[in-house]
Amino acid sequence: MTIFYTFIFLPLISAMLVPLLYKYFNRIVHTGWFVLLVPSSIFVYLLQYIPGVAAGDTYKYTLSWIPSLDMNIVSYVDGLSLLFGLLISGVGTLVIIYSIFYMSKVREALHNFYIYLLMFMGAMLGLVFSDHLLVLYGFWELTSVSSFLLISYWYERKSSRQGALKALLITVLGGFGMLAGFIMLIMMADTYSIREMIANLDVIQSHALFIPAMLCILLGAFTKSAQFPFGIWLPDAMEAPTPVSSYLHSATMVKAGIYLVARMTPIFGGSSVWFWLVAGIGIITMLYGSLTALRQTDLKAMLAYSTISQLGLIMCLLGVGSLAVYFGPGESGTIFTVATFAALFHLFNHSTFKGSLFMVVGIIDHETGRRDIRYLGGLMQVMPVTFTIALIGGLSMAGLPPFNGFLSKEMFFAAVNDVSQTGIFGLSSIGILFPIIAWVASIFTFVYCMIFVFKTFGGQYRPEKLTRKVHEAPWGMLFSPALLALLVIFIFFFPNVLGKYILTPALTAILPMMPMSPYDLKISAWHGLNMELVMTIGVIVVGLLLFKTTKQWIQTMRSYPQKLTLNHWYNQGLSGTERLSVSLTNRYMTGSLRHYLIYIFSFFVIVLISSLLLLHGLQFDFASNAAISIFDAGLVLGMVIAAGTVLFAGNRIVAIVALGALGYMVSMFFVIFRAPDLALTQMVVETVTTVLFLLCFYHLPKLTKSIERIPFKLTNLVISIAMGLTVTLLALSANGHKLFEPISSFFENAFELAGAKNIVNAILVDFRGFDTMLEISVLVIAGLGVYVFIHQRSKRREQNEIE
Amino acid sequence: MKSNDVILKSVTRVAAVIILTFSIYLFMNGHHHPGGGFIGGLSMASSIVLLYLSFGIEKVRENIRVDFKKLSAIGVLIAVATGMVSAVFGKPFLTQTFGHVDLPIFGDTELASALIFDTGVALAVIGTAVNIILSISEDR
Repeated sequence: MTIFYTFIFLPLISAMLVPLLYKYFNRIVHTGWFVLLVPSSIFVYLLQYIPGVAAGDTYKYTLSWIPSLDMNIVSYVDGLSLLFGLLISGVGTLVIIYSIFYMSKVREALHNFYIYLLMFMGAMLGLVFSDHLLVLYGFWELTSVSSFLLISYWYERKSSRQGALKALLITVLGGFGMLAGFIMLIMMADTYSIREMIANLDVIQSHALFIPAMLCILLGAFTKSAQFPFGIWLPDAMEAPTPVSSYLHSATMVKAGIYLVARMTPIFGGSSVWFWLVAGIGIITMLYGSLTALRQTDLKAMLAYSTISQLGLIMCLLGVGSLAVYFGPGESGTIFTVATFAALFHLFNHSTFKGSLFMVVGIIDHETGRRDIRYLGGLMQVMPVTFTIALIGGLSMAGLPPFNGFLSKEMFFAAVNDVSQTGIFGLSSIGILFPIIAWVASIFTFVYCMIFVFKTFGGQYRPEKLTRKVHEAPWGMLFSPALLALLVIFIFFFPNVLGKYILTPALTAILPMMPMSPYDLKISAWHGLNMELVMTIGVIVVGLLLFKTTKQWIQTMRSYPQKLTLNHWYNQGLSGTERLSVSLTNRYMTGSLRHYLIYIFSFFVIVLISSLLLLHGLQFDFASNAAISIFDAGLVLGMVIAAGTVLFAGNRIVAIVALGALGYMVSMFFVIFRAPDLALTQMVVETVTTVLFLLCFYHLPKLTKSIERIPFKLTNLVISIAMGLTVTLLALSANGHKLFEPISSFFENAFELAGAKNIVNAILVDFRGFDTMLEISVLVIAGLGVYVFIHQRSKRREQNEIE
Repeated sequence: MKSNDVILKSVTRVAAVIILTFSIYLFMNGHHHPGGGFIGGLSMASSIVLLYLSFGIEKVRENIRVDFKKLSAIGVLIAVATGMVSAVFGKPFLTQTFGHVDLPIFGDTELASALIFDTGVALAVIGTAVNIILSISEDR
């Protein structure tokens, strides 16, 4: 167990070492070489789970965190989490090798980069292995935060900051929705564990909150996985360094939403709402992404939209696959089980070819200084290796043999054809739309893949349009994409190795109720001449025609009005919200301290008095009170006089001194009631605050020269009387109630428990030590705050004087 | 604080020593009698403030070369570190312990880990109080 958690938390732990390594070794060794050890060792560690998981075993580990609240880091290794764990650590290893050559050792703040990257890696691993819903949510938000930090890595650029903000706003919005959904799920199932929820399906599915919880959770999944219409953050996230785009925004993080949908399929699958939302939004996203990718001239933006489109494809397959839950074991069920299998297969394939394509774009950007296809062309002659990799990745994405994309694309076509022939959920009438949209979107996919590969590498080589001398990338940058490209081909020829050891166990995790026969899940390149093959041939023919005639239609596509894009609406919405919030905030944040005190005190009075009245707490019991002695009466009299002096003083010094006197008299009360600790504290605090008051007094504007009273304000009077009354009533009625057994008897054992004769001190440093620790932290933070505020102000004033 | 106030200065010379001694007494005594880190720290801070008031900031700074911002941070770190130590020994965070030791001169003495925690509290309080007062008074 310890070993498992050591490896899962290895990225987070080693992130702490990165600054040291950067500081002392970066001049000699690129920090990336040290970081490389982390994902590679995790990958090797996770590999040893494959035989067990493939044989149907699962592993459960528990690390207790807050056991009293049932908050524990419960991890569960099954096929699905293992698939993701391998992807995260495997692609992570390749991306870090690539980044060592991509990120300059001299110019870049490498320690920041690797800390964020490791933070993301740790969060993502925690997410996929977590069985506890709230822990999963915590890691989910941590991935959003680290993605934000990585997108804004080059924070001097405005577009980086804006892209990061957009990604954060959208994904965190979805995250909140998801949290609400999780809480509903927890309420329904009365457990935090996903495993136990799947075991108690009946309770959840018959509950009234079933649909709201589903919608909320899907909001989280769709925002994270950039589904329509939330996908607009992904293209802007391309401002991040390319290794980040390739890792977070194509291979791993954007697949967290897919992971969540797959995880929740046993719970929500089989419902018509789930099917329509997941499959419907998925296929619309696929069409939207591929259509918008065509319009892009920036290679990275094109890949971003293509990622959106491919994620839509996977989402759609998962939606179709959820029908298996509806049909249950049987012939129809098996057909849709295969759709889920195809989703997993395409997920893996997408990580391989899209990862390599992103790295290719990074190479082009790095070597030519350009990412715009209008300036590129003919790079085939100067960068033959890069071209080969791009060709393999591009054709795989287009769905051509002999590359792995062909296999999963065929399975996708098969799945949508099956859907159109299913008569449930109203599919008999409009189900035919699924294969049509899928086919059209695939044509667009084919065309942009061609544009990507041949507009960049084919055609005329025009060195005059490029800013630097172009040559082939160093071997280190080629290594990772080349390895991925080899994998693309390898999987085409031996898909069943992957299918048997990785994908089938993952499928078992998504659809535990379905019996799997190895025969159904066999992937083969040749199915005979069937509908799917005809569709693929159609895609190629129409796609080639469109590609040949690109010049005729591409300008029309690019002149699509900016006002009708989702981005435009997002910007409008954002600035509208900002305006609204500014005007609303300005209404009450007037800058007047008096107003703020009025808000605070009236809120205090209203809440306390109304709860006192509503809860019938207004009871007095004077029976056990001690008799009032002459000292008490005298002190009260003195306090009233001091308070009156504060009110009617014409001079601020008099008021402050009178306030001090009032405080000293309160400490006398502590003396009378035999609380020497409190008396001492009150006395010293009173002394120090009086000094503080006198210092602040220096900064206040002078009262009017003629000595006159501060003008009378009725609001002040009402609020101060109400405040005094509230506190008095509260104190008196608190004395009249004894709802619970007093806990003071516990503290009386201070000498036995803490070895201290002074109970007050024992409470402060021992029994309630946590409180004290946080209190002094707050105190120090406040002190530093005062220091910073004042020093910044005087610094600014000095600068003004110099100017 | 420009005025040349002889009486104040002469009194402060004696009083500061007494207050400082008393504040250390309050701090050390806190485990069994009234006192403790908070009170001890605050009264020490008030004696330092008294020095500032009577001798001026520059002169005192020359003689007490302590960065009070760092002092307060060190205090919090000490307090958190004592919590960590108990966690290292497998106990819940911030568990305190005590024991009796026979020291040569003092005889049977009680040593409590709470005293280390209290030192952190005292340093944080001294640092913060002096820091705030210094910042405000320097802002001219």
